[in-house]
Amino acid sequence: MAGVTDSEFTGMSQDERARSLGMMSEQLGGRSMFTEFDESAEERFTYPWAPEVDYNRRIELDAGELASTEVNTRIRELMHDGYGTIVIRDPRGKHSLGVGILSRLNLIFEGSLGYFGVGLIDGPNVRINGRVGWSCGENMMSGTVVVEKNAGSTFGAAIRGGDLVCRGSVGSRTGIDMKGGTIIVGGDTGALSGFMMQRGRMIVCGNAGKNLGDSMYDGTIFVGGEIRSLGVDAVPAELTELDQAWLTRKLTCYGLLPVDGVGGFTKIVAGRQLWNYDNLEPSEKKLIL
Amino acid sequence: MCGIAGLIHRGRSSNIGGEITAMLQALKHRGPDSTGYAVYGEGNDDDLVMRLKVAEQEDMGRGRGIHDRIRRRIEAVEGIFVEHGAAVKSRVRATEYALRYVIALDGDPADMAGHIEETEGVEILSLGRGLELVKDLGDAKEVSEAYGLGEFRGTHGIGHTRMATESDVDIRSAHPYWAFPYNDVSVVHNGQITNYWILRREMERRGHRFMSNCDSELLAVYTAHHLASGSTLEDCLRRSIGEIDGVFTYLVATRDSLGMAKDSMAAKPLVLYESDDMIAMASEEVAIRSILPQEIDTWDPYDEEVRVWQA
Repeated sequence: MAGVTDSEFTGMSQDERARSLGMMSEQLGGRSMFTEFDESAEERFTYPWAPEVDYNRRIELDAGELASTEVNTRIRELMHDGYGTIVIRDPRGKHSLGVGILSRLNLIFEGSLGYFGVGLIDGPNVRINGRVGWSCGENMMSGTVVVEKNAGSTFGAAIRGGDLVCRGSVGSRTGIDMKGGTIIVGGDTGALSGFMMQRGRMIVCGNAGKNLGDSMYDGTIFVGGEIRSLGVDAVPAELTELDQAWLTRKLTCYGLLPVDGVGGFTKIVAGRQLWNYDNLEPSEKKLIL
Repeated sequence: MCGIAGLIHRGRSSNIGGEITAMLQALKHRGPDSTGYAVYGEGNDDDLVMRLKVAEQEDMGRGRGIHDRIRRRIEAVEGIFVEHGAAVKSRVRATEYALRYVIALDGDPADMAGHIEETEGVEILSLGRGLELVKDLGDAKEVSEAYGLGEFRGTHGIGHTRMATESDVDIRSAHPYWAFPYNDVSVVHNGQITNYWILRREMERRGHRFMSNCDSELLAVYTAHHLASGSTLEDCLRRSIGEIDGVFTYLVATRDSLGMAKDSMAAKPLVLYESDDMIAMASEEVAIRSILPQEIDTWDPYDEEVRVWQA
């Protein structure tokens, strides 16, 4: 704060304060918050170093005898060779397959994945013709992931954007700490789904386990079936016409629209009593917790 | 972290030793410290199979005196067989410190087992008509080869790869645990039991003994206690969810069944596959894929879920 007096600092805008402290102030834009996009480019849809791929160039890779790291390395090599559609055969439930893909790509897994499948992705369209283990799509930023069978726990943990879809049922803590994007579950979800959810939307066409939306800060959860119990500070809200229109459109995209529509869905939001709970009196905390 | 696996064939025997070995080897990354098996052979109602250890693996490097002590311990055990009128039908020494006996006994196996366990340095790993419990340091392949489990035929089994967190790296702290003195019952566990000492003291007051300081042993003793009190395995598993605190997924095997229970937080993983012929379960799908590489449908059991299957 050299050269700036206290009174000057007090009168500054937040941006001016940040600059006076030597901090960069970035304008968020495009699909991602990262500043490594070329701002002068006409459209900022890819990272500057992302490989140019052609969706019409298709190749298959047999992962049966390869280690996870070998499969992921090979995917990157194929992308740099221009392949835009990559089919992975026989993944055999291996962990961490398809992670860290930060550009557009059609990625298809013919089989099931283990833990941490397609995490940290930003852009690809992924179809998994099998099941996924724990933490599928963790920290996903954009793109689409469609799982044709069931998924394990912490499905979409800390997801930030994109659509993460499981046509079957998922385990516990679905969308834990999610910060954006949409998670869609065709079947049921387990306990503590939406735990500490901060933003984004979750749709569960079937039933939800106990403590749904526990300690959620923000975001919205839609449940088509029964809810075993709501978590702390998760409350029902009115399902508006706009909600129904959005649900109908979103579920239709993935062929998951129930035959009787979405009118019977329950909408759950944060009660917003925990946001400032540190400012509450102990007796008030007790009421909430 | 630890990895657990279970497999049960409906109405038929299989190479259960080789299958459990493949599943546990696929889970090696979850726990490289030790590996254990509880496999159930076809057995018969006349013979008892006893697996015991007469020293820890690490004892073998502590001077030449251990060999004499092992010899004396084996003599003591076989002397107790004679005292109780047990006829030894076969004896196999898989390692210098691990033995397998097939015995014929008319009396109470629990009396004899209690007598044997009074022998310093001796621990019965399992006793039953079908159960064979093997555990040692090393990965699944190493333990399977040392104990000749690769061709073991049976109907079902459970196994464990251990990452030691709260007790020693030794055979005593390795899984599975036998539910002494309840024959043919074994347990593997992934998780942590937070009211271990409370429940352990309660079980000790009821006369049960603990051989280790591993919290997982509590599940075996707890199961044995309630089975001996007349509970069914399913009732026992359901009761445990309410009475045992902590995070856990555990498997229990009896002579003709296999059960699973998951805590109320569903914090520890389990993946299930079920068909008309078999049920396979493991901490990770990759273990099931090691014996069923074709595309199959699997799912995660939910919180507080309990299942029991018959062989």
